[in-house]
Amino acid sequence: MGIRFVLLVNKQGQTRLAQYYAEHLTLDERRALEGEIVRKCLARNDQQCSFVEHRNYKIVYRRYASLFFLVGVDNDENELAILEFIHLFVETMDRHFGNVCELDIMFHLEKAHFMLEEMVMNGCIVETSKSNILAPIQLMDKAS
Amino acid sequence: MNPFSSGTRLRDMIRAIRACKTAAEERAVVRKECAAIRSAISENDQDYRHRNIAKLMFIHMLGYPTHFGQMECLKLIASAGFPEKRIGYLGLMLLLDERQEVLMLVTNSLKQDLNHTNQYIVGLALCALGNICSAEMARDLAPEVERLLLTRDPNIKKKAALCSIRIIRKVPDLAENVLSQAASLLKEKHHGVLIAGVQLCTDLCKVSADATKYLRKNCTEGLVRILKDVSNSPYAPEYDIAGITDPFLHIRVLRLMRMLGQGDADTSESINDILAQVASKTESNKNAGNAILYECVETIMGIEATSGLRVLAINILGRFLSNRDNNIRYVALNMLMKAIAVDSQAVQRHRTTILECVKDSDASIRKRALELVFLLVNDTNAKPLTKELVDYLEVSDQDFKGDLTAKICSIVEKFSQEKKWYIDQMFKVLSLAGNYVKDDVWHALIVAIGNAPDLQGYSVRSLYKAFQTSSEQVSLVRVAVWCIGEYGEMLVTNVGVLEVEEPMTVTESDAVDVLEDCLTRHSSDITTRSMSLIALLKLSSRFPPTSERIKEIITAHKGSVVLELQQRAIEFNSIIQKHQNIKSSLVERMPVLDESTYIAKRTSSSQADIVADKSTQPSSAGTSLKLPNGVSKPAAAPLVDLLDLSSDDTPVPTSTSNDFLHDLLGIDLTNSSSSGTAPTAGTDILMDLLSIGTTPVQSNAAPEIVSSNKAFAPTSKPAPTTVQVVDLLDGLSSNGSHSEAQTPIYPSITAFQSSTLKITFSFTKQPEKPQVTQIQATFMNLSSDAYADFIFQAAVPKFVQLQLDPASSNHLPASGNGTITQTLTVTNSQHGQKALAMRIRIVYKVNNQEKLEQGQINNFPSGL
Repeated sequence: MGIRFVLLVNKQGQTRLAQYYAEHLTLDERRALEGEIVRKCLARNDQQCSFVEHRNYKIVYRRYASLFFLVGVDNDENELAILEFIHLFVETMDRHFGNVCELDIMFHLEKAHFMLEEMVMNGCIVETSKSNILAPIQLMDKAS
Repeated sequence: MNPFSSGTRLRDMIRAIRACKTAAEERAVVRKECAAIRSAISENDQDYRHRNIAKLMFIHMLGYPTHFGQMECLKLIASAGFPEKRIGYLGLMLLLDERQEVLMLVTNSLKQDLNHTNQYIVGLALCALGNICSAEMARDLAPEVERLLLTRDPNIKKKAALCSIRIIRKVPDLAENVLSQAASLLKEKHHGVLIAGVQLCTDLCKVSADATKYLRKNCTEGLVRILKDVSNSPYAPEYDIAGITDPFLHIRVLRLMRMLGQGDADTSESINDILAQVASKTESNKNAGNAILYECVETIMGIEATSGLRVLAINILGRFLSNRDNNIRYVALNMLMKAIAVDSQAVQRHRTTILECVKDSDASIRKRALELVFLLVNDTNAKPLTKELVDYLEVSDQDFKGDLTAKICSIVEKFSQEKKWYIDQMFKVLSLAGNYVKDDVWHALIVAIGNAPDLQGYSVRSLYKAFQTSSEQVSLVRVAVWCIGEYGEMLVTNVGVLEVEEPMTVTESDAVDVLEDCLTRHSSDITTRSMSLIALLKLSSRFPPTSERIKEIITAHKGSVVLELQQRAIEFNSIIQKHQNIKSSLVERMPVLDESTYIAKRTSSSQADIVADKSTQPSSAGTSLKLPNGVSKPAAAPLVDLLDLSSDDTPVPTSTSNDFLHDLLGIDLTNSSSSGTAPTAGTDILMDLLSIGTTPVQSNAAPEIVSSNKAFAPTSKPAPTTVQVVDLLDGLSSNGSHSEAQTPIYPSITAFQSSTLKITFSFTKQPEKPQVTQIQATFMNLSSDAYADFIFQAAVPKFVQLQLDPASSNHLPASGNGTITQTLTVTNSQHGQKALAMRIRIVYKVNNQEKLEQGQINNFPSGL
């Protein structure tokens, strides 16, 4: 299956973006899951590896300034590739927003979602070229 | 902007939420916004629908309910403009899931949009479908998606391919239809289409073996070519990551190759070369390169690779494992897990490194490494590995001890070749991490000790020593307590000393010290303390000099507030005081459980429930009695065994666990076999306890128990279903007052029962006179002879007035073929403060012989 969810969380543990793929969690389950994962990941230091096992997921996380990118994957997913994927996502947002920061994502949540939507569908990576990812979004920006 | 709109802008809402300092403030802001959005929805406000959904998405992300916005998404999707549709679809994907009925309504809009002329709108619909479609939608819309797989536009093609993945996962039957199209996707140039196509093929392999065959035949070459192209391609800025062109595509292709090559020599052979090329040429100084190598090694391990290729893969593994980057080491451990099935020798070579990883500071790495070590253990290396792990157990993190202990225990159990080693290792684990050891593990240890007569002395002495240093480890304490109880004399007399043992002198009172320590320690749980009581009872017969002291300790617990301990103390006390003649046989060693049947039972029930597991334990005297009286427990063989020891005088034909209590008290009835075997239809054996009155021995014993027990008497429950239990408890208690039973309905009780006579009381009360209770007494003859001149007499305490009405008859027919009823009116002057009690005396004639029965009734429902 691949990616089960993508989460963006700040240092305080507040969710800034959440996208689940084929995961049917109720609101409470989701909140609990996010809380547990975030607590686990935030407690780790830089020297420790970027992978955490939680319930039946493996969480691959990477920190950019105050933002943590957490991606939940199946157990047989290539963890290193997911790390690369996180970086690609950040670079894509960076290209669009220019020096992307937490506020960009907060105030343009839908844009961040559009980008993610172009990159991942149903938990599978669909596009890895930044210009291909951004083309429809830029087109829409121009039109409006 | 509409000046009349009460809503705020999205930006303002986010600002307001950010400004919130507490969760309560945030909730207030969100509640206000949700209210505004709701009213906008009910007014069918079109202008701000778009904005409202954007707000709801944000609110949803924060974790608040947003279901009321679902229909708005559908309206947005149905509108004509692209921005509306865009946000509508996004809202649909975020706010809905496929369980929602609303989803059915969107099928039609999706169908229209899939046929739209605008490629972006088609893309939106495909994306939504790919993310949320249900099996039903999959069937409805599959033809549209199949058609879109054939379009020219690569953006639509890739999305249609991924959409097909969802569809075939939901409805595997549809796999056939896309098979050939999926294969042709691999001939494209566009990377997006390729990566989507490769993933579609991978999923096809998962759902159908036929598809795998087809793809092996038609795609292997194509895959080799793709991989060759990307790995040899010159610099491609769009897909370049750290000097490697599109590592994501690499990885997906390698993964599909693994699916195709698995168990197929021909395919494996045709991809051998390219795998060798990727494995040897990929740069390993960057994460992207390592990701590819990682996948490549997994593929080599998964297919029928040549030995040369395997060596290459194993070398990469070794390099990974010695890498300083923790991420790389983590995946190396992961790969080794897979490699172990292929080449366990190669993995064994890395054993020392892996053991180092078990001790890493990083929890993720430790966990992986521990799993791996567990797989590495075999008969030859079990001992050194266990030693390493046990040594590490001492210094490991608290939160890792649980995992580590479980693994060590299972290694020790699985690979022990000699008993002494097993026992030694278990003792070590118990004294280092006894709090983490699962119950079934130490239960098994006790069974093993029981089966090793030559090691029992050694065990009990080692445990005694371990207890001195690790008395805070619960399961160590339990095993020690059990062994001291069973084999205490070996502790003192040094029976069967092994050569390795250091001589030690333990006096009898030292052993009792240990048990007393366990019993009085506050941190000890009830199970441990109950086990200690049993052990003390056993020691009292094994160490006669200490029996006085043990008696004192047991007596001290007769007032315990813990029902279980109190009950045991009272029972044991009466055994010690009154039944010296049978005590020694009563406290004999537990019968040895057959180890092989025990292990078989344990493995079969290990995945079932713990309760069942526990009841198979030899120590269930300690565990199963946790429930008051053990009444609701399933039959536990060891208990029955224990009872059999006491059944010399009272034959007990039944074998339900309820007999335990019955028999324990039956000890009192050593010369009245009639009540022991009373065939009361087998329903309520506990009822026999009330036959207390049948012999003089008994009626003397009962009041004494009552007196010792007054202060801590458990309150009884006036529920008819528990009457039997209540009877038992009340037999011991003076029925403490109970406040909650204010309702004038009281359950009937069995006031008295012997083998020959049963008396039931039913109660009525008038609400305005709470002190006055009318008791309807019903007498039933249980014997086969009719009773004549039947007279019932009753006496009550001073604070109660009693009035007896004439009985309905003075002749009681045999075998329950008729009853006598009699009404008693009781006035309790201290109603609410003191409970009712009554002494009764029944006189009647059987075959002209005078008979007398008497007893005390303490089990009145509270509140009378």
